[in-house]
Amino acid sequence: MSLLAVTLIGHDRPGIIADATSALAELGGNLEDSTMTILRGHFTMVLLVSTTAPLDEVEAELATLTGDGTLEVSVRELPEEQEAAPTDVTPYLLSVHGADRPGIVSEITAVVASAGGNVTDFSTRLTGDLYVLLAEVDLPNTADIDSLRARLVRSSEALDVEASLTVLDSDVM
Amino acid sequence: MSLLPHLPAGVVRAVVRAPARVLSTPAAEVDPLDPSIVALAADLLATQRASPGCVGLAAPQIGVSLRVFSLDVTGHPKARTCHGALVVANPVVRSASRSERGREGCMSVPDLTGDVKRATRLVVSGVLPGSGEPLDIETDAFEARAFQHEIDHLDGLLFLDRVAGGHALHPRKVYL
Repeated sequence: MSLLAVTLIGHDRPGIIADATSALAELGGNLEDSTMTILRGHFTMVLLVSTTAPLDEVEAELATLTGDGTLEVSVRELPEEQEAAPTDVTPYLLSVHGADRPGIVSEITAVVASAGGNVTDFSTRLTGDLYVLLAEVDLPNTADIDSLRARLVRSSEALDVEASLTVLDSDVM
Repeated sequence: MSLLPHLPAGVVRAVVRAPARVLSTPAAEVDPLDPSIVALAADLLATQRASPGCVGLAAPQIGVSLRVFSLDVTGHPKARTCHGALVVANPVVRSASRSERGREGCMSVPDLTGDVKRATRLVVSGVLPGSGEPLDIETDAFEARAFQHEIDHLDGLLFLDRVAGGHALHPRKVYL
């Protein structure tokens, strides 16, 4: 059994997920984690599939999807990761918004990385001139949050954007 | 009984969109007896009423960094308590409890909506533009959400600063 990463990017149309997953099902593939969104009108999806089928067979099966050349599909094998969730971290949400300009993401994420923050979920949206970044960040419990906030304020002032860092609470029912 | 004071006919003003400095700036307290504040309140209500689906509008959204907003959730399906059309100056949240997540949009961020946790039980005080009479409002559900959204504007905050997670922002669907 191997774990394959299937990436699909291209022209959006109804039925891409149905077509891709039925091709994988025919090979006995089992879908594990997956994510899909529309980025600037482009269909964008990553699927992790565990299967006994060889990689080239999966590629060949999915090649039928790329027939008209508007969808790009790639398949590669991934090593299994040990999935022990870190316990000595606290999840935060970082929200940044302001006028679009180059360098916002690199500046802000560098500040987060310097505090030992690990981004676990990330998305940006550009609508008109408004750029919005949302990142979920695991910060070590030992991190100095006040000093991180101060550095985020300095960087965001230099970039002329607004940044906020809040604890991401998860209500367990 | 309507809580709306007598207002002159307001002028429909242009709505400011993010990114704009005024939307990220805490607004200043006002003198509710100042005639220019009464005119501002009337303009806010007129602009809100001219905008389909708009349930509230804060002064920074028309480029004025002052603590005044209009609000009217009349007829909204998610509203429970409803005080009708309101204009409020210098609002203060007295108590807020029972947070719930809900999706909201904003005239100043027209292309996005976001999931935001807001208190569903809210007590707000403020003053009425024109008379300066104190106003104490206890509300819930959607009207409470609208109050918190507008008061956030007066503190220089957008719903973008309060979304509930990395996937809590969505492109606005056209449904009006």
